[in-house]
Amino acid sequence: MDEAILSLEGVGKIFPGAVALSDVSLSITRGETHIILGENGAGKSTLIKLLAGIYQPDSGTIAFSGQPYQPKTPHDAQQSGIRVVHQELNLLPYLSIAENLMLESLPRRRFGIVDRKALNRRAVALLEEVGLDVDPRTRVEALGVAQMQLVEIAKALSYDSRLLVLDEPTATLTPPEIERLFSIIKRLKARGVTIIYISHRLHEVFEIGDRVTVLRNGRLVATRDLHGLSVPDIVRMMIGRDIADEFGFDASLVPGKVALSVTNLKRSAATPEISFAVRHGEILGVAGLVGSGRTEAMRALFGADAKLDGVVEIDGRPVAITAPKDAVRHGLSLLTEDRKGQGLLLDLAVDKNITITDLGKVSRHGLVNRRAEAAAAKDLIGQLRVKASSIEQAVRNLSGGNQQKVVLAKWLFRGTSTLILDEPTRGVDIGARREIYQLLWMLAAAEKGIIMVSSDLPELMGMCHRIIVFSKNKIVGEVPRAEFDQERILSLAYQEYVRP
Amino acid sequence: MTETTEPLVSAPVSPGRAKFLRFLIRDAGVLLALVLITLFFSLSAPYFATPGNALKIFVQIAINTVLAAGMTFVILTGGIDLSVGSVLALCTVVGATIMIDESLSPAVAITLALLACMATGAACGLLNGWISTRWKIPSFIVTLGMLNMAAGAARVVSDNSTITGLPQSFVDFGNLIVGGFLPSIFLVAVLVIAAGWFVLRFTVFGRMIFAVGTNDEAVRLSGHNPDFYKVAAFTISGLTAGIAAMVYLLRLNIGSPIAGVGYELNAIAAVIIGGTSLSGGKGSIIGTLVGACILQVLSTGLQLLGVGDNFKPIVIGLVIVLAVILDAYRERLLRRIR
Repeated sequence: MDEAILSLEGVGKIFPGAVALSDVSLSITRGETHIILGENGAGKSTLIKLLAGIYQPDSGTIAFSGQPYQPKTPHDAQQSGIRVVHQELNLLPYLSIAENLMLESLPRRRFGIVDRKALNRRAVALLEEVGLDVDPRTRVEALGVAQMQLVEIAKALSYDSRLLVLDEPTATLTPPEIERLFSIIKRLKARGVTIIYISHRLHEVFEIGDRVTVLRNGRLVATRDLHGLSVPDIVRMMIGRDIADEFGFDASLVPGKVALSVTNLKRSAATPEISFAVRHGEILGVAGLVGSGRTEAMRALFGADAKLDGVVEIDGRPVAITAPKDAVRHGLSLLTEDRKGQGLLLDLAVDKNITITDLGKVSRHGLVNRRAEAAAAKDLIGQLRVKASSIEQAVRNLSGGNQQKVVLAKWLFRGTSTLILDEPTRGVDIGARREIYQLLWMLAAAEKGIIMVSSDLPELMGMCHRIIVFSKNKIVGEVPRAEFDQERILSLAYQEYVRP
Repeated sequence: MTETTEPLVSAPVSPGRAKFLRFLIRDAGVLLALVLITLFFSLSAPYFATPGNALKIFVQIAINTVLAAGMTFVILTGGIDLSVGSVLALCTVVGATIMIDESLSPAVAITLALLACMATGAACGLLNGWISTRWKIPSFIVTLGMLNMAAGAARVVSDNSTITGLPQSFVDFGNLIVGGFLPSIFLVAVLVIAAGWFVLRFTVFGRMIFAVGTNDEAVRLSGHNPDFYKVAAFTISGLTAGIAAMVYLLRLNIGSPIAGVGYELNAIAAVIIGGTSLSGGKGSIIGTLVGACILQVLSTGLQLLGVGDNFKPIVIGLVIVLAVILDAYRERLLRRIR
C-alpha cells in the first residue's frame, strides 16, 4: 500500500523578483490524506497551482501514477485525474447546482439539447454523496458559502478524480459544518481517493490527516507522520520558533463604560429584534454558524445594509445611522469578512488605501498633500509591521495577513472608538494572526470597544471577555469568560436549527 | 494569496530600474506609439510633415479632446457616457440661438451662450448620473436614452434647422492662430486637459474618482458616498460636452441639431487608446490627450497616403482593438515588474 501516486522531484518555481518554490521533493502515498501546512507566502498556493496546471515548474519533475505529469492547463490536470478545489470558489452563481456540477459534460439528448432529467438525477446522487440535501435545480447564488463548498467537492467527485486537492476548505465553515466535511473526507478516503489538504487551522488537521508536509519560505521543512506530533511541534516547524500563547489574553484589562449599545435592532420584518452592547476596553466575541445573521447584524448596525428599526447608542447618546458614513462619523469602524471585495482598493497603493477613510487629514483646500500622506502611511505600516516593498506597492500584491493589516491601518488612520471586526483572521497566517491579536489588545488597552465576529471558536475563547451567540438571526445566549465552554457555545449556536 | 511579498532571492529588477520600466510601459507607451506613428507618416505621406498639416491636426483634435477629457472621468469611475455627441448637438443649437439674438450685444451674447452651453451640458450629465445611481441602472442604458433625448431636444430647440449668423468677433476668435501655429480652439482643448489633469492628480476629489472606480463598495464602507462622485463624473462629462459645443461653434460657425453624430465613440476610443481601463480605476487624462492625437494623426496620415475613405475606418478600427490588446498585455508586464 506504500505506492506513491504523486511524486515531486526537486520542483522549483521562480517569479520575477521572488523564488516561490525551491527544490521541493515530496511523495504522496496512494490513498493517504496528506496535509500541507505553511504560513502565507510559504509556497502552498504555488504548489497547488503547479498541480492544477495553472503554473508550470521552472525546474524539477512531477510524476503522477508513475507517468510524467506536465499539465499545461487546468483541463489537462482534470483529464489526468487531479482535481483542485480552490479557496476562491469557482461556481457560476446564476446556474443551477446540477448545471454547475456537470458543466463540463452536460448530459445531452438529440440536437444537443440538455437532458434535464438525467442531469438532475445524477446531481441528486452526487449531492447525496457529500450529504447536501438541496434541490439540484436551486441556483448556486441562493446557497451559503458552506453549501457552495460542498457543491465544489461534489463537482470534483463527478469527474472520478483520483487525487483531490482541497485548499483551505474550512476557512469559511463553522465547527458542525467542518465535522460534516471531515466525515465526507473520511468516506472518500475509504473509497481510495488520495487527498491533499491545505489548512491554516492546526487543530483540525490531526483528525483527518495521515502525514503532514510543512513548507517555509518556499522550501520543504519536513514530511512527518502526524501521529505523535503536537500543535506546538508543527508551529515550530512552520515558523522556526516557538509560540507560547497564541492569543495572549490580558486579564489585567477591566472593561469600562458602555461604548456602543444596540437596542431592538430589527433588520427586516422576518427577523427578530436583537440587542447587545460592548464596553470600552472590552473584546466582545460574536459566535454562530455561517448564515446565522452575525454578519448581517453588524452590517445593519453599521448602516451598510438597510434596517427597519432599532436604537444605536454611542457613549450613551443615541445616534442616527442610515449609511456607513454616519457610522464612520460617529467613530465606528467595520472590517468586513470580504477583505478584497469590500475592504480594499486592490489596485491602488498601500498609502492610498490607508488614507481613504479621512483624506481631510492629509489635504488642504481640497488638495492632497502627498508628503503628509506618505508620512502618515509609513508611520502606520511601521507600527503594524506591514510587509510591503514600499508604500507605493499595490495592495493586490500583499499577502492576506498584510492586506488585513492595511485594512486595520486605514481605520487607525481615521481614529475610531469602536471596531467591528468580521472574521479578522480568515486567510491570515499564524505569524500575522498573532500580530493582529496583539494589536487588538493594544486597542483594547487604549479603551476602544472591540466586537469580534469569528467562525474560529478557539480564537474567540482565547481573545474575548464575553461571547454572544447567534442562531437563526437571534441572539440566543451570552457566555462570560469564566464559563467559556466549546460544547455550550456550539449547542447555543445550533439551538434554533434543531428545534422542529 | 500572492506569494511575492517576501522575495527570497534578491530581485533581478532593482527598484530604481523597476520604476523607470514602469514609467516606460505604463505612461510612455502610448506616447511612444504616437511618436512612431507620426514618424511613419512624416516619412511616407506627402505633405504630412508640413506646418500647414500640423495646424490642421491641431484644429481637428480640439473637439474630440474636450469630449474625451470629460469621458475620462466617467470611465475612471467605471461608467460610460454615450450621450456626449447629441448633448453637444443640443448645446450648439442652444448656444447659437442665444448668440444670434440681436437684442444682445455680441459680448453679452457670447458670454451668455458659453454659460448656457455649459449649464445645458452639465444638466444633461447630472441627469445621467442621478438616474443611473438613484435606480442603479447601468450608465450604458441611461446615456443611450439621453443620446436620443438630447438629439430630439436639439431638433425642438432649432426647429430642425441649422442656425447660422454668429457674431463676427466670435467667428474671428475661432479662426485665431496664436503665434502662427497654435489655433485658439486647440488652446481651449489643452486648457480643459490641464484642468482635468490637475483635478485628477492633485485633489481629494480626483483621488476619490480613482477610488470609486477601483472598488465603490469599499469606498462606501469607508464612510463615503460613492454615488456623489459618480454623479459628479457624469456632470463633468456633460460640462465638457457643453464646452466642446462652443469649440464646435468656434470652428464651424453653425449650430446644428445633427452635429456630433458618432462623436461619443471617438471620445471613448481616445480614452481607451490613452490607456484608461474600461472597468474603471486606472488611467490618466494625459493618456487621453495622446489617444486623441493618435486617432487624428492616423486619420490625416492615411488620407494623405491616399487610403480611401472606405478603408480608413477599417485601419482605425484595427488600431483601437490593438490598443486594448496592448493594454491587457501591458497590465501583465506591469504585474511582473512589481
